[in-house]
Amino acid sequence: MYGNFSVCFSARKRRVHGMLKLYYGLNEEGKTVDQAESMNPCDINGTHFDPEVYLNKLRRECSLGELMDQESCMVKQIRSLDSDMQTLVYENYNKFISATDTIRKMKNDFKKMEDEMDCLSTNMAAITEFSAHISGTLQDQHAQITKLSGVHTLLRKLQFLFELPARLNKCLELQAYSQAVSSHRRARCVLQQYSHMPSFRGIQDDCHAIMDKLAQELRQKFRDGGSSAKDLSECVELLLQLDEPAEELCDKFLIHAQSRLEANLRGLEAETDILEFIDRGCNEFVSSLCLVIASYQELFVNRPQEGNLASKNIPHMAIGKLHAFVDAMATCYFSLVERRIQEEKSVGDNSLLVRALDRFHRRLQAVAKLLPGSAVPSQGTEIVVRAARERIQQYLAALQSFYLDSLRDVRQALAAPRLGGSSAGGELLSSLSASILNQIKSVMASVQLFTAKDITFSNKPYFKGEFCSQGVRESLVVNFIKFVCQSSRQFCESVGDRGGSTPPALLLLLSRLCLDYETSTITYILTLTDEQFLVQHRSPVTAVAALCGEAREAAQKLLNHYVKVQGLIISQMLRKSVETRDWVNTIEPRNVRAVMKRVVEDTTSIDVQVSLLYEEGTRKAHSSDSSKRTFSVYSGSRQQTRYAPSYTPSAAMDTNFLSNIHKLFSERIDIFSPVEFNKVSVVTGIIKISLKTFLECVRLRTFGRYGLQQIQVDCNYLQMYLWRFVSDENLVHFLLDEIVGSTAHRCLDPAPMEQSVIEVICERG
Amino acid sequence: MYQLYLVLQARALTSQTAESDAIRFLVGTQSLKFDNQIHIIDFDDENNIISKSVLQHQAGEIWHISASPADKAVLTTCYNKSEAPALSLSQLGASVFPAQVVSSESRVVTCGAVWRMPPEWESGSHESPDDPHNSHNPQNLELLCHLDNSSHGNASCVLWEPMGDGKHVISLADNHALLWDLTESSTQATISSSATLEGKGQLKFTAGKWSPHHNCTQLATANDTAIRGWDLRTMSQIYCIENAHGQLVRDLDFNPNKQYYLASCGDDCKVKFWDVRNINEPVKTLEEHSHWVWSVRFNHSHDQLVLTGSSDSRVILSNMVSISSEPFGHLVDDDDLSDGEDNHQDEKTKEPLQDSIISTYEEHEDSVYAVEWSSADPWLFASLSYDGRLVINRVPRALKYHILL
Repeated sequence: MYGNFSVCFSARKRRVHGMLKLYYGLNEEGKTVDQAESMNPCDINGTHFDPEVYLNKLRRECSLGELMDQESCMVKQIRSLDSDMQTLVYENYNKFISATDTIRKMKNDFKKMEDEMDCLSTNMAAITEFSAHISGTLQDQHAQITKLSGVHTLLRKLQFLFELPARLNKCLELQAYSQAVSSHRRARCVLQQYSHMPSFRGIQDDCHAIMDKLAQELRQKFRDGGSSAKDLSECVELLLQLDEPAEELCDKFLIHAQSRLEANLRGLEAETDILEFIDRGCNEFVSSLCLVIASYQELFVNRPQEGNLASKNIPHMAIGKLHAFVDAMATCYFSLVERRIQEEKSVGDNSLLVRALDRFHRRLQAVAKLLPGSAVPSQGTEIVVRAARERIQQYLAALQSFYLDSLRDVRQALAAPRLGGSSAGGELLSSLSASILNQIKSVMASVQLFTAKDITFSNKPYFKGEFCSQGVRESLVVNFIKFVCQSSRQFCESVGDRGGSTPPALLLLLSRLCLDYETSTITYILTLTDEQFLVQHRSPVTAVAALCGEAREAAQKLLNHYVKVQGLIISQMLRKSVETRDWVNTIEPRNVRAVMKRVVEDTTSIDVQVSLLYEEGTRKAHSSDSSKRTFSVYSGSRQQTRYAPSYTPSAAMDTNFLSNIHKLFSERIDIFSPVEFNKVSVVTGIIKISLKTFLECVRLRTFGRYGLQQIQVDCNYLQMYLWRFVSDENLVHFLLDEIVGSTAHRCLDPAPMEQSVIEVICERG
Repeated sequence: MYQLYLVLQARALTSQTAESDAIRFLVGTQSLKFDNQIHIIDFDDENNIISKSVLQHQAGEIWHISASPADKAVLTTCYNKSEAPALSLSQLGASVFPAQVVSSESRVVTCGAVWRMPPEWESGSHESPDDPHNSHNPQNLELLCHLDNSSHGNASCVLWEPMGDGKHVISLADNHALLWDLTESSTQATISSSATLEGKGQLKFTAGKWSPHHNCTQLATANDTAIRGWDLRTMSQIYCIENAHGQLVRDLDFNPNKQYYLASCGDDCKVKFWDVRNINEPVKTLEEHSHWVWSVRFNHSHDQLVLTGSSDSRVILSNMVSISSEPFGHLVDDDDLSDGEDNHQDEKTKEPLQDSIISTYEEHEDSVYAVEWSSADPWLFASLSYDGRLVINRVPRALKYHILL
């Protein structure tokens, strides 16, 4: 009664469950659900429905209004259920009635069919009997006809045999060779079999004679060679069918081809332009070679094998011969090509060579396709590789000679009288390094043609790997940089003993060049190379750092050498001036000696020269008036204490003691020490060398009073001008101090000049 | 390292060649103001004590000194003589700047002379290094004879015939090489032959060495950048190495065991080793000094040991095995060398046949103008710097054993 209510009641819950069930793939009417639901005594549709419980539940839970609604809802449902049931009962009854009618009608139809089938079987038996009778009567006549037809065929064959010689002759006359051969082939076995009969034997002999003649004619035709490829192939085919030895044929064919190819090669030798040369080589030699290979293969190798020919294994033999032939011809050609490539020495335009090589390589691919397994294409690749290697060497040589030429130009520019003032150094350097860089770039661009995408051999492993890393990077770029460093170093070594044939300015310039290489250029060039050539470092390559180190070493060596050379020039001047003068009998100093002015002038010009190429560098801070103040210190107070008391013998010890104490506390001065890459350090080095020479020379001489005073004046003058050039002015003080001190020691009559007088003389110049 | 101050400046150093027992060096001082002296430096090897005796050399400042190979007491000096009125201590007194006028004729000339040390010098003027001020007057040298060369110019050095009987000396004076015969117990010197270097410009010998080989018939000299060899029998030039050094050649020495080998040093800071049969290229070049190299000496017994002194104030001892008379050295087990204190030097000398710098001695504060091996002990050498400091050093013990064993 309350079924619908219960449906409404649990509708929500069931929908939720339904979704879960769908998820787990359970049916709506799954057993578990069924059981769970049917256990509920309040489920009006369940089997365990208990009206008492249900009613009690309703009464407990619902208000009166709700009960009334519940009741009317249930009454409505009961009514509709009743009417549904009535309709169903009526429909079932009607269907049952009509089925009974159909069964009864089928029963009648089957009975009629059985009668008709019996009639059909009796008719069939009558037909079979009749047919057997007819075939029995016709048997005899059929056997006779078969025999007659057999005799007819045999007669036809015999006739063919008897007519064969005449027919062959006729074919020979008409030059229908193939027809003749096929006819003969057809008859050959039969003739062979019945050759013991005289008549057949006659025929066979006739045929043999004719066929020999035919073969002769064919051979002649083959030998003439003027015939077209198709004729030739037909010719060969026929000859093969006539049991001609294939090997001989191959040889003949190849000899014939060889003469033609050699004629092509002879035509090549006169050529001049490499591209034209290769072009002609490709068009004439390679294409005829391909043609020969193709027709040969068609003739001997790719022919369908039939009959007893198959057993002779012709293709194997033929291929062997072909390989030997092609190899021999290719070797001739390659030697020509290589000789030609070697003649290609001018490095101006690489594209011509690359295009030529590309064409050369490309055309050889055709051979590779025609004749797989041939060594020719790989040999061709090797030639290309060799040419590329050769090319790199040539470019390296060109770069080197370019570098040397540039150096010569720079040298001339340095030697020439200055026109545009003193800025020449910097400009020369920048133009030199720019032109070298440009040259390297243009060479790289040329070499890069070898690896261009559209070049057939650029995807060979050599050109992808080794060519880039070992060839371009190592052999070309790295070797060139090494060459630059090495040639720079040679300037230091060769010149050292033979007296500066290299202008010092060039040393300085090269040193700066090497330093620039170390700081930036090498990295730049190598990065450029790696990028342009996508160098994969499979094989070990020279590291950038190693190259930079080498460049730096060269720069340092050059700079040291520059300092030595310049120091030597000034030293020689000072040495001569000290050695040639009679210091004992000199006159009272009236002015600074000219050589000191030269020293200052030269130092100034060196300073200018270096400042064009090197940065200023750091120096120790000096006072606003270094030239005066410090000089007064050394000539006034200290010098006094140094040798004034030395007139008393007891004080001699103190003098030495003092000067030794002083030396203990001053740093040891390395005269020819490595210099740093800046102007101050360079000039300091030169001044150190010069002053130390001055000192040593002074110690070898003996001075009179005025000799000492002259040295005092000279040193004061040097002090006034040199302090500004050096990194640590105390160094100049120390050395000049030593000079004056040593002079005083070497003086017969040490009476120093008044400081004020010295200053007046020096200021007068 | 043992050292001693001489008070005066000094350039001249020699070992007492004829002395084979005591380790003794002779030093000549160089001073224009005081009387110059010959210092006789004795080194007691067992107690490591240096002592010195002083002999007066009043003739002038000493530029070069060399000891007779035959007679311990005989030596030669080259000295400067000022022809102006000589200064003496009494004249100067205590005044600071005496107003003394050097006459316009004053001239400085260098002479050579042969001297004899007084026989009692050893007992007379011995002094300890702690007391340099000698209270009583030192003894004078006894003049045997002058090598009178007024006609030939200034003497730069005097060389004794090596291993000779003390009867022959060569003096180099300006551009002349003079061979003297000493007679009458060295009191008479006569020129027996001479050679003159001809050429443009003012040529002057700066150094020379009498070869101990070929029966002492060869002499090597240096002038400017060239080294020349002379045959003393004919007094003619036998070879000439032009531009042997980039700058002035300062000193020469013959390898005592290899007759054609010669070492030279000079103002280009290099030491070069020559085979005089092939003078185009030096056999070897060392470039370790940072200023002029003034002196080079082969060890008398073990010619792989080469000593050089330079005005960079350093003395360098090199091991030139590859060009020595013992190029294969001696193979030594490591065990033989194990000597606690010299372990670090073991490392250096383990490679037996490598040319190497054994040691750089930096004790000097001023230019080192002379280095000399002791003639008594082959493992000992002295070096002298301009400030008058004499330093005596030993060859590192590990190397010594390495060479000996």
